[in-house]
Amino acid sequence: MMPRVAFVLIAGLAVASALGLVLRRNPIHGALLLVVNLGCIAALYLMLGAEFLAAAQVIVYAGAIMVLFVFAIMVLIPGKEETGPDPRRAWRLLAAPLGAALLLELGVILLAGRAAVPAPAAPAPAGNVAALGRLLFTDYLLPFELTSVLLLAAMVGVLLLARRRA
Amino acid sequence: MVPDTWYVALSAVLFTIGVCGVVLRRNPLVIFMSLELALNAANLALVAFGQRAGNAEGQALVFFVMAVAAAEVAVGLAIIVAIFRVRQRLSVDDLSLMRW
Repeated sequence: MMPRVAFVLIAGLAVASALGLVLRRNPIHGALLLVVNLGCIAALYLMLGAEFLAAAQVIVYAGAIMVLFVFAIMVLIPGKEETGPDPRRAWRLLAAPLGAALLLELGVILLAGRAAVPAPAAPAPAGNVAALGRLLFTDYLLPFELTSVLLLAAMVGVLLLARRRA
Repeated sequence: MVPDTWYVALSAVLFTIGVCGVVLRRNPLVIFMSLELALNAANLALVAFGQRAGNAEGQALVFFVMAVAAAEVAVGLAIIVAIFRVRQRLSVDDLSLMRW
């Protein structure tokens, strides 16, 4: 019973912060709400037994990526982007029915898939750090190494883009 | 023990909110953040499915998604800042041309 209560609390906070991100005008508020959301997801990773991912989520997302976002928002003059009337308001408000349709589709697909997939024989909590590390350095060794190349390429690309008048 | 369907349902809700944010907002930074939201929702579903399958493959996938997301955010923000330098205005409606 206790984990379910915790899940409902965390899920409520996650949905509320996500809605805040989408609905609030100020991008800084959005960025801070997104940090809350990422923290909630890290907590859910912990509940799922994915300790490494919870730590990586906090360090990489809530730490590095969100700091980048906050820096970018500060560089780009906050609060002056979405002022004034929206010339395409009617089109943008289509997001609500489209989102409802998407949610409906996802629900139908997931319910159908749930009926098709048999329940797991034994819900083994095999998601510990050692298992993940072994998997990353054996079966997924090549993608793991390619990740470093990808990050290097991203770094070089950002340097090029950020140069004065590239 | 929380049933894994709950996690997947939460993931679907968060993904939908993220997609709505991408459609609804005009500020490219907020659109980008909504994108991260949707990405995280997918990650949550991956971890939940991985737990159901009883191995760490789902978590390995999430690890790679995180690495790609870090690279994507760095390059994307650099592009947005570069566009802002040229345009001095930040709305996706201004960015309908491929070059100028």
